[in-house]
Amino acid sequence: MLQTAQRTVKSKKKKAAPPHGRFLEAFRWMLLTRTLEEKLVSLYRGGLITGGVYIGKGQEAVSVACGLFLQKGDIFAPLIRDQAGRSAFGEPLIDVTRTYLGSRLGPMRGRDGNIHRGHPRKNELAMISHLGAMISVTVGTLLAKRFKGEKNFVGLACIGEGGMQTGSFHEGMNIAAVEQVPLVVVATNNHYAYSTANDREFACHDLVDRAIGYGFEGYSLDGTDLGACLDVIGSAVKRARAGRPPQLVVASVLRLSGHGEHDDASYVTEEIKQQPFARDCLKVAEQTITNLNLVDAETLTEWRKDAVAQVEEAIAAAQKEPAPEADKEDWCAFSRRDLADHADET
Amino acid sequence: MSITYLEAIREAQAKLLRDDERVFIYGQDVGGNFGGAFKATKGLAKEFPGRVLNTPISEDAIVGTAIGAAIQGMRPIVEMQFADFSSIALNQILNHAGTHYWRTGVPVPITVRLPSGGTKGSGPFHSQSMESIYAHYPGLIVMTPATVEDAYTMLIEAVAIEDPVIYCEHKYLYYHLKADKLPDKSLPTGRARIAREGRDLTIVSYSAMMQESLAAADELAREGLEVEVIDLRTVKPLDTDTVLASVARTGRLLCVGESFPWGGATAEVIACVTSQGFHLLDASPQRLNAKDTPIPYHPNLWSAHRPNAKNIVAKARQLLRE
Ligand SMILES: Cc1ncc(C[n+]2csc(CCOP(=O)(O)OP(=O)(O)O)c2C)c(N)n1
Ligand SMILES: [Mg+2]
Repeated sequence: MLQTAQRTVKSKKKKAAPPHGRFLEAFRWMLLTRTLEEKLVSLYRGGLITGGVYIGKGQEAVSVACGLFLQKGDIFAPLIRDQAGRSAFGEPLIDVTRTYLGSRLGPMRGRDGNIHRGHPRKNELAMISHLGAMISVTVGTLLAKRFKGEKNFVGLACIGEGGMQTGSFHEGMNIAAVEQVPLVVVATNNHYAYSTANDREFACHDLVDRAIGYGFEGYSLDGTDLGACLDVIGSAVKRARAGRPPQLVVASVLRLSGHGEHDDASYVTEEIKQQPFARDCLKVAEQTITNLNLVDAETLTEWRKDAVAQVEEAIAAAQKEPAPEADKEDWCAFSRRDLADHADET
Repeated sequence: MSITYLEAIREAQAKLLRDDERVFIYGQDVGGNFGGAFKATKGLAKEFPGRVLNTPISEDAIVGTAIGAAIQGMRPIVEMQFADFSSIALNQILNHAGTHYWRTGVPVPITVRLPSGGTKGSGPFHSQSMESIYAHYPGLIVMTPATVEDAYTMLIEAVAIEDPVIYCEHKYLYYHLKADKLPDKSLPTGRARIAREGRDLTIVSYSAMMQESLAAADELAREGLEVEVIDLRTVKPLDTDTVLASVARTGRLLCVGESFPWGGATAEVIACVTSQGFHLLDASPQRLNAKDTPIPYHPNLWSAHRPNAKNIVAKARQLLRE
């Protein structure tokens, strides 16, 4: 009886306006990311991926917002947990699977792996591991665009709260403000840098307070709330594009995985798992969709199926591709081949 | 008219800024009326407004910014105030600029100018020669000009090369070296130069140690000993052909460098000659480097810390007796 009543209520419920105009689009990227990363994890567990797997579980809402508002000509500097942002920015899934599975045809051709990938010519910078280093590099790309007379561009660089404690990050933030480039830095405080919790990472009251010290405009964000992520990061991108000073957004979430898949994260306390920021942003977004009846259950199922199909296709394609071969590799680190050093050759 | 090594560096940058709108100069105190700690960019900010930019004291971010700009098609020239401070930028230079082409297929055409080497009274942190560190890592061209002419043409070439170039300019040579005019031609990058011909012994050197090596050769000539002196010009790539051909003529090798002894350019030359040309050698190859201590401040100590004409002569005599 109760069940029937509920069903009636539900079907009568009118579709409400989503919390943000791009909410559903963003949700689909999040769904695709979660599906992809779960699959990568199972491949890793099955021994099919060499090296590590680093996922962004719990950070998809922040990340997707980072990629979604960037346009042609904008620069994106994603980091380890930014699959959602990379996809929204336009990185094809095949780039991901080729890199993780070591295809010779991928953007990194087996020379680099996992999240260390990008397409500099398509404005997706290829992160180096060293945290903090990408901030000033992003500044440089924006400075170049200014030199070349381009207009209306922005750059967005991601960082974790751990990476925020490097000297490189500090130098990068300062030089960004000195150059007054249209930069948005999105910092995700997922409360851990590998196994180290916030209390051994920094001692300031709130990381967003640093914005003023750098000459940035700063905003805090509940990273588990997709609508808020789209609002706050979308507005920061808009402000940077409009010529406001560089923007710092500090989002709060909990990393809902190990640092990498080799890590069981047993150091994450039960107490922190009960915090509001420990919610799973994907579940929260789905709940919003259901509560507001933004799409019906069948559509959600369709979206899920579509995500699975896309992921399986990208994995199957990459698995069929050739691996790099040492004797066919071009062992030259210079584009000017004539300047390669031959001192070690006998 | 005469032009110094330092003026040649300034003139090269003026020409680069004039000829190529992708070029800009980025570094501490390079702009305004000041023109850099050594005046290598004097007047350029005024002549090329907006293209010679002062930066904060942030070596990592200076090079990072240059890398980003280069990826977007610019040709930045970074001036480190002293080579020694480039240690702060090692990460961006070695791990970012040096790996980028290999990883992504997109080259990073930055030029990093390093005012290098010792001068009297400069001490441990304003005297270093860092070419060996940069040459050790893949993906970086390392230039070490020893003449006014090379200072000029090699800097122009450095900016033209799509790969990152570490351009080690020697502070001692800034005012000590003079030429009548600037050249419009030079040897290709990567080719060593035979600075003086001889048949008894090959001295391989580069940068300011060329001065000491040539002075030593003069001294030995008075005793009737003919020393061939080779200027490497770039320590990476290393011109092994020219060095081996010379050793084939002389049978004896002495390498002279100003950087610290462990590893490095002189060790590399000797390793290469012994592995590829062991049969050419009539005596075991020798080398002279700075001492394995930090670089001292006091002139009495400093002048004994680095190789000089006197101990090059002594080493050469010893080698020639073998
Ligand atoms: C400069 C530097 N030191 C150490 C590491 C090794 N490392 C990789 S990720 C990581 C933790 C990063 O924490 P955070 O920045 O908070 O990002 P999160 O992993 O939490 O997303 C560490 C220590 C590194 N990549 N770079
Ligand atoms: Mg973290």
